[in-house]
Amino acid sequence: MSRIRKNYENSFARHFLDFVKGDKPLPEEDHVAEWKSRVAEVKENERTENANYIEITEPEAYDAAHGSDMAGVRLFRKIYYILAVFMCLMIIGMLIMNVAYMPRFGATYTPMNNEVAERYLEDGSEETGVVNTVTGMILQYRAFDTFGETNVLFVAACSVMILLFHKTEPPMRADGRKRKKKSGKKAPAAETEVAPEVAAASENAPAAAETSLSCVWPQSTAVEDPGTAPDVILQAVARVVVPMIFLFGLYILLNGHLSPGGGFSGGAVIGAGLILYNAAYGFRATRKFFDEKVYDIIKVGSLCLYALIIAYYLFTGANGISSVVPLGKLGNILSSGLILPINLLVGLEVACTMYAFYALFRRGTF
Amino acid sequence: MSELFANYLAVVAMVLFGIGFGNLLLQKNLIKKIIGLNIMDTAVYLFLASMGYISGRLAPIITDGDTDARKYVNPIPSGLVLTGIVVSVSVTALMLALTIRLYRRYRTLDIDEITLLARQEHNE
Repeated sequence: MSRIRKNYENSFARHFLDFVKGDKPLPEEDHVAEWKSRVAEVKENERTENANYIEITEPEAYDAAHGSDMAGVRLFRKIYYILAVFMCLMIIGMLIMNVAYMPRFGATYTPMNNEVAERYLEDGSEETGVVNTVTGMILQYRAFDTFGETNVLFVAACSVMILLFHKTEPPMRADGRKRKKKSGKKAPAAETEVAPEVAAASENAPAAAETSLSCVWPQSTAVEDPGTAPDVILQAVARVVVPMIFLFGLYILLNGHLSPGGGFSGGAVIGAGLILYNAAYGFRATRKFFDEKVYDIIKVGSLCLYALIIAYYLFTGANGISSVVPLGKLGNILSSGLILPINLLVGLEVACTMYAFYALFRRGTF
Repeated sequence: MSELFANYLAVVAMVLFGIGFGNLLLQKNLIKKIIGLNIMDTAVYLFLASMGYISGRLAPIITDGDTDARKYVNPIPSGLVLTGIVVSVSVTALMLALTIRLYRRYRTLDIDEITLLARQEHNE
């Protein structure tokens, strides 16, 4: 073991290691200190004003555990770290040992390449009418599986909404100013009058004040009003790029059965386009064409239509009737029966889910 | 030993899995734990996708009407990976939403602090 040098406590290496471990911050520069004082001041304001709504607990118990010598906790932590590293190494070792018994990468006759894959490849294009075998497999042979996945996305978006969604306006803007009521009261008298009104309005929605926590991050106020601090570069780029993103996402959706693509990837691209538009222009601009009502209709409607299509599949399959929808010529866009509508519905669902995650994490509403 | 070099993708996937698992266990920050779980998911996708490859063959998109199964790669593992990705996205989103709520409640992202504070509240 080497010796620690004398000035180790104040050396850069010690500060850096503490920063990596998360115990202490790096020696700060001026603007960081000023930002931190501003953050502390805003937190103090927030605490005094929202003292009725949220409880802020002080982490005293943690200092008690760290400061004093609770030897039991420290010993447990050391044993836990050693055991965790040992277990990870054991897992890696055992798994790698099993690789030696696996068939060679790229071999032809493996247990994975059985007659199921041959059937999908040989009869896939005739029975499903798609050129892309993977799309035909997940949307025709294993369509129920994909329906379950779409349900998983829907349930995930619903659970995130349960956790983070609220409907009332937060009492503070993103830069710490109070929000004026829209009933038209005059501005000079608003300072003392707004607080009890806001208190009365938010009493029946105690979770509303929690979104004022967005003001502790020193970001632009472009969350609601891009007019106050618009991000010029982002807006200029988004003006050019967002239509192309939507076009590209639509292309991937429509070409799911002809080339690599399909519902999930196309939906992710469209969702990313929506997120970029929102980040550049703010929530007020996005709400003009995508607010909560549109989101509800698209999400629930696409899942219900998909369920109807699956019901049709199950009905025709169980009774031995062949499907009414024609398969069309191989290689056309309007081919493959019901696979193109399913791709569109899945894509819409995925796009709505991606945007919902972003909007709910950022602000709590659409 | 030479088989480990031949199946290098599976080996890398397992190392990534172990790294992700170590992250999940050893990090104190909640966000870093979530990143560890994501690394584990990525390792599983790498492993699954590498299982379907057959050397010398093309991607399973039927070109020129040639439906000979000996010309294309196995399409089934790609479908399994698709399911896995959707599940991973959903689980990550739910975990992050819970982390946001925990942060608003306890003002910290450290799992040890949160446990101590929660136990302290429960005892009161």
